Amino acid sequence: MSVAEAPVARAVVRGSVRGARVREALFRAALLLCIGFAMLALAVLLADVAVDGLPVLSLDFLTSFPSQVFPERSGIQSALVGTLLLMVVCAVFIVPVGTATAIYLEEYADRDRWWNRLIEVNVQNLVAVPSIVYGILGLAFLVRGPLELGRVLLAGALTLGLLVLPVVIIVGREAIRAVPSSIREGSLALGATQWQTIWKQILPGALPGIATGVILALSRAIGETAPLIVVGAAAFARFNPNDLTNDPFSALPIQILAWVQAPQEEFRVLAAGAILVLLALLLVMNAGAIHLRNRYEQRW
Amino acid sequence: MAARPEAATAPGGPRPSLVRGRTRRSVGEHVIKGLLLAAAVLSVATTVGIVVSLLGETIEFFGQVSVGEYLLGTKWTPLSSGEQQSFGVIPLITGTLYLTALGLIVAVPLGLGSAIYLAEYASPRARRVIKPVLEILAGIPTIVLGYFALTFITPVVLQGIFGIDVQIFNALSAGLALGVLILPVVATLADDALRAVPEALREGAFGIGASRRQVVLRVVFPAALSGIVAALVLAASRAIGETVVVLVAGGASANLGIDPRESYQNMAAFIAQTARGDIAVRSVEFLTIFAVGTTLFVMTLILNAISIRFVRRFQQVYE
Amino acid sequence: MWLGLALVGGLALVGAACGQGGGGAQGSQGDLSGTFQIDGSSTVQPFAQAAAELFQEENPGVRITVGGAGTGDGFERFCRGETEISDASRPIEPDEKKACDEQGVKTGEVQVANDGIAVVTDKGTAIDCMTTDQLREIFAPDADARTFRDVDPRFPATPMKLFTPGEESGTFDFFTEEVNGEEGAQRTEGVQTSADDNQLVTGVSGTRGGIGYFGYEYFTQNEGKLNATAVDGGSGCVRPSPKTIQDGSYRPLSRPIFMYPSEKSLARPEVREFMRFTVANAPRIAEAAKIVPMTGERVSDSRRSLERLTGR
Repeated sequence: MSVAEAPVARAVVRGSVRGARVREALFRAALLLCIGFAMLALAVLLADVAVDGLPVLSLDFLTSFPSQVFPERSGIQSALVGTLLLMVVCAVFIVPVGTATAIYLEEYADRDRWWNRLIEVNVQNLVAVPSIVYGILGLAFLVRGPLELGRVLLAGALTLGLLVLPVVIIVGREAIRAVPSSIREGSLALGATQWQTIWKQILPGALPGIATGVILALSRAIGETAPLIVVGAAAFARFNPNDLTNDPFSALPIQILAWVQAPQEEFRVLAAGAILVLLALLLVMNAGAIHLRNRYEQRW
Repeated sequence: MAARPEAATAPGGPRPSLVRGRTRRSVGEHVIKGLLLAAAVLSVATTVGIVVSLLGETIEFFGQVSVGEYLLGTKWTPLSSGEQQSFGVIPLITGTLYLTALGLIVAVPLGLGSAIYLAEYASPRARRVIKPVLEILAGIPTIVLGYFALTFITPVVLQGIFGIDVQIFNALSAGLALGVLILPVVATLADDALRAVPEALREGAFGIGASRRQVVLRVVFPAALSGIVAALVLAASRAIGETVVVLVAGGASANLGIDPRESYQNMAAFIAQTARGDIAVRSVEFLTIFAVGTTLFVMTLILNAISIRFVRRFQQVYE
Repeated sequence: MWLGLALVGGLALVGAACGQGGGGAQGSQGDLSGTFQIDGSSTVQPFAQAAAELFQEENPGVRITVGGAGTGDGFERFCRGETEISDASRPIEPDEKKACDEQGVKTGEVQVANDGIAVVTDKGTAIDCMTTDQLREIFAPDADARTFRDVDPRFPATPMKLFTPGEESGTFDFFTEEVNGEEGAQRTEGVQTSADDNQLVTGVSGTRGGIGYFGYEYFTQNEGKLNATAVDGGSGCVRPSPKTIQDGSYRPLSRPIFMYPSEKSLARPEVREFMRFTVANAPRIAEAAKIVPMTGERVSDSRRSLERLTGR
């Protein structure tokens, strides 16, 4: 008898038919309530933000700078530019490093060696570390410490990059693994070196998957607030950073945080507007990822 | 919108090299391999960096505050002066655990219920609607949930609809928001675990006349238990380290207690708040960031190890 | 995918470029340029912020960031050379001055406005007036009053929840010195502290039985949500208002607030012009920030203090 047959059989024999039907219906209803709650929560959240934030959205909102003194003139230019720049710099960091690590782990690493297993376990552990701890890491090593970059955009972007790097690595590995061995073996049989095989055959095949992973990682990165708090992003910056290694910078989540915590009603509304912009940005990115996946997915 | 990186199981291994002999190209090959290895080592370097950045300053902290006072003290007022300054971390730990528990109370039943419906009852068309909803919920930035807690949950739901006499910063609101935050984690991972249970088990139970509810509760759920527990542990780990929701909605005082109408603080929110305040670098107040950071890091490491153990057991059942 | 990334990257660069141009399309107004930081008292912060905004409108090449870490922390950063101007809601202390001198930072006091510390409760707890003794019974380190009635039988029996600034704050220093008799000494149990005055406003206004204190302008900006008690400093109940704060009759909680530039930073034209602008326009800036302005004679005093600092 399998694992659960005996108690099930006993239950079946004991239950009455009509009672059973009621119990079935109740159970199903309870489950539906659970899903209903999740969907309701999402709907209410979006509605709350939209009701407060939509009236604020305008071109002025996107192009003005935040003002503490004249809230009605406030906008998110510095925060939005900061977020976009963070995304670009972060991508420049995580694309090569993440892809290289994924390639190494899938194509070169001998799993019997302890150091390779260490790297693998490491990546899995890093995924579970809270983002605030990454903030502390950034503060200790990038803002102060050996690199002493100060509270600049580069430090913020690298901190976020370290945070989402494991995502790129793991997704990249899956994408590379999905390329069938026949491709590899065929290429090697024709005399290509391992690197030539990777560069010309495997990477192009895995590229859509890797790209999707990068976009997902970036959308996670730009929604993060905690590491940026510790690294020292500014709220109410009335300018965009010119010098990524010298100027103070702002970011959407930080500006939203500052506005949320201000008790005056005008700032709450601004926070809602900025949230809508952030959500829109995330929507565009994720739609892009889905489109990529659908359009370029290789059918092996 | 969620990436689910925890899923990685890694078959594969070294592929047999079909290159004959050593050619001039293999020097380049070694260089490339070296570069790739260097990139991979960066992940190890990150972990080492985290440990080093935390440990060094933590040790310095314990040079000024005794370990006993830290671990056993029940008053956490590092930013007060003189006699009122106290470094007992217990209120932060209880605050963290309490808020996490509140979040789990919301997320576990609702998340598991959602997962069971998705895996066992939903039609493919329903799945196509519900799954994306869960993914969207998972992708909502935490600051948005903090906003939602402070501007909606507290005034409208708690004070308004339910008429509870809560403070503006309270654990109930933060806990509810945390629950909404981790619900998709529970739901999607539990869904995976349930769907991994082989059809044969279900069919066997249906074959002897069990109802769907009985099949789910008595057969599928127990069979998927390891995976489900792994999901719960991961969700708890996520909630333990959550910063912004608690920072915005939970308030700034490290109180000891379990009254959900009061405000409590967790470790991550304390770190964020203190790091913002821009305290003098070498002061013991600044060093609290690292001591508390280490405590938090250790907690999540332990939870993660437990979760991996359950995932491994869960995989072994079906391999 | 590369197209997408390039597009986003292009957007970002365009945005950054627009940022430069957008700040001042005319360009001819003000050739000053440079970046500098102001940090310190959160009470002075709205004033400094307003000054920075108004100044930057005329001088778009200058970039100013304003923080509100607290008077004490502000001075620490200032003495380390991390900021060019320090905001303070109390005068610099001798050991802070010494630390600055030791690190080569010479500074002097420039008053920019007035402030009164408002003692506030939530709208549901209407308390008209409190004496400083009663305040001490609530805020002192050894205070054990739990409800307002413990302090005065005429007050409501609501349990008190305290919200105050923390150790880094000049407001905290000033209040504890004046009310509790010793700077830095305050009750810790039942108290939420925050360096962010906005959080205090939210806390007091959203909690039944909430009571706290912070700079007067945080009250005026949130008047609908809070109730400010009159304070009896020995000569009768005085309600905080611009007049009573300016003439000092709101005792003992009225005080001047300052900006401390360093001689080194004043050597830079953009900082010098900013300070001159701020002092000359102090009353207008104070109005914009809803802070109590200085009287005309005080403005002249400040101008002289500033000239002394720049002249040296």
